[in-house]
Amino acid sequence: MSIASAEAVTASDTPIAIELNSVGVRFVTDRGIVTALQDINLRITEGSFTSLIGPSGCGKSTLLRVAADIIKPTTGSVKILGRSAEEARKNREIGFVFQDPSLLPWRTVLENVLLPMELGGDMTPSNAGDPYVLIKLVGLAGWENAMPHELSGGMRQRVSIARALISAPRMLLMDEPFGALDEITRDRLNEELLRIWETTGTTVLFVTHSLYEAAFLGQQVLLLAAHPGRIRDMSPVNLASPRDLSMRELPEFMETITKLRGILETC
Amino acid sequence: MVDADSATKPFERSTEAGKLSDDQVWQEFLTRQRRLRWRRRILPAITLVTLLVLWEIAVPVFDIKAYVAPAPSAIAKVLYSKFGLLMSNLLPTAIEAIGGFLLGTGAAILIATLFVYRLTAEEALFPIVVMINAVPIVAKAPILVLLLGNGMAPKIIIASLICFFPTLVNMTRGLRSVSAQQMELMHVLSATPREIYFKVRLKNALPFLFTALKIAAAASVVGAIVGEWIGASRGIGALIIQATYAFDSPLLYATIAVGSTFSVAFFSLIAWAERRFLKWNVANSH
Repeated sequence: MSIASAEAVTASDTPIAIELNSVGVRFVTDRGIVTALQDINLRITEGSFTSLIGPSGCGKSTLLRVAADIIKPTTGSVKILGRSAEEARKNREIGFVFQDPSLLPWRTVLENVLLPMELGGDMTPSNAGDPYVLIKLVGLAGWENAMPHELSGGMRQRVSIARALISAPRMLLMDEPFGALDEITRDRLNEELLRIWETTGTTVLFVTHSLYEAAFLGQQVLLLAAHPGRIRDMSPVNLASPRDLSMRELPEFMETITKLRGILETC
Repeated sequence: MVDADSATKPFERSTEAGKLSDDQVWQEFLTRQRRLRWRRRILPAITLVTLLVLWEIAVPVFDIKAYVAPAPSAIAKVLYSKFGLLMSNLLPTAIEAIGGFLLGTGAAILIATLFVYRLTAEEALFPIVVMINAVPIVAKAPILVLLLGNGMAPKIIIASLICFFPTLVNMTRGLRSVSAQQMELMHVLSATPREIYFKVRLKNALPFLFTALKIAAAASVVGAIVGEWIGASRGIGALIIQATYAFDSPLLYATIAVGSTFSVAFFSLIAWAERRFLKWNVANSH
């Protein structure tokens, strides 16, 4: 069993956003005990954009949920932005975008975006971003008072991104957010996500099952292998910034894809 | 089906004509929609009037005795002449039905909340609730009259028991129907249990709750009337018994009409509230 660790390819004095030390996650299911993640050692620097890809059952979503303090690891330790994952979560430093937008259907776009500011009891955040600016940032200006059922799938996902950004999180975790969208919408949202990342400077960890999406978005691509879920590779993507969709035709982009596909096939 | 077909016609015609402006086509579409809505109201009214007329004619033609089945005109006469008597008997029934409705659905909402947060409570109580619900209401009624006397209390309890079960089952399901991702989102946002209940679970359960409340509204009136059958001097149920024993069929039918009208009105009130408060729930709106 190989023990791989991954480090971001940036200068070593940049602060670390996500630090996992020999993290393991095991679940008890009807079919017995499943090892979702095994011996994960990972360091992701602040401000980077990392894509996370791997075959189904490799624990991509589990890894994301460990970082978001949704799942407590069975073994190992987690540090988010220099503190425990729970503290980071309670301080609203983590924004999470799910595959399903999970909007509250009885709330307007604006009310959905503002939801995080109403929650947390005594810990309700005070430093709210301007919801109108955020709604404009995700391209929904003029839709503030629309109800979720009046929006398309892509628009709903934009709302959920604005909601994740309202508390100005230093880290954005995204779990296949565009997986259910059509290709044209997905391309457009990919470009807009890069723009948002450049505007906000937040650290992004982005789970996807599309090689193209992973390589187009990420400064680096983290590859997991399945059964049990473990780190297989961390590859930099050598594309200039800012990126646009036409870069997907560049030979260096195609080389990255070929290389990643080669590694994925051995996972 | 007919409605769906005719609703698409303006578009077909506009392509034929080709000369109409978008605004004209839209206006024509709205006019047709309005006509369809009226048709949906008028057609059942026509059916009802036709049936009443046939009934009115059948009584003299087949020489049906008034105490067997009175003609609609005879019932209408009683509705007019004994309006005061009918209303003074509707009042206690209405109080019992509404009281039972509020008590039964209120208790069901609280216990459903308990079930969702304390699985032990559901495991311990739910089978008992099912057993009590399995006892027919006409069997439960005499027991409650023995326990609580001859006043309004047993009728309110009977009405509330009828309302309780459907509300409990639906509300428990509604409170539980929150998606796993919504709960994960609430966790990431560090929501307190109280916030999750009031901002997510309760709102999410409203479509389920209203389905139950509509059933409960109609059933509460039945409960109150059945309760009055067992022992009451006033109320729609008592008047039904008195009119039956006196072979006063016109009064019996008039009493039933008043009781049914109240039941329909109560149901419609809840249905109106549902439309008013659940605009976001497109799956349920027509």
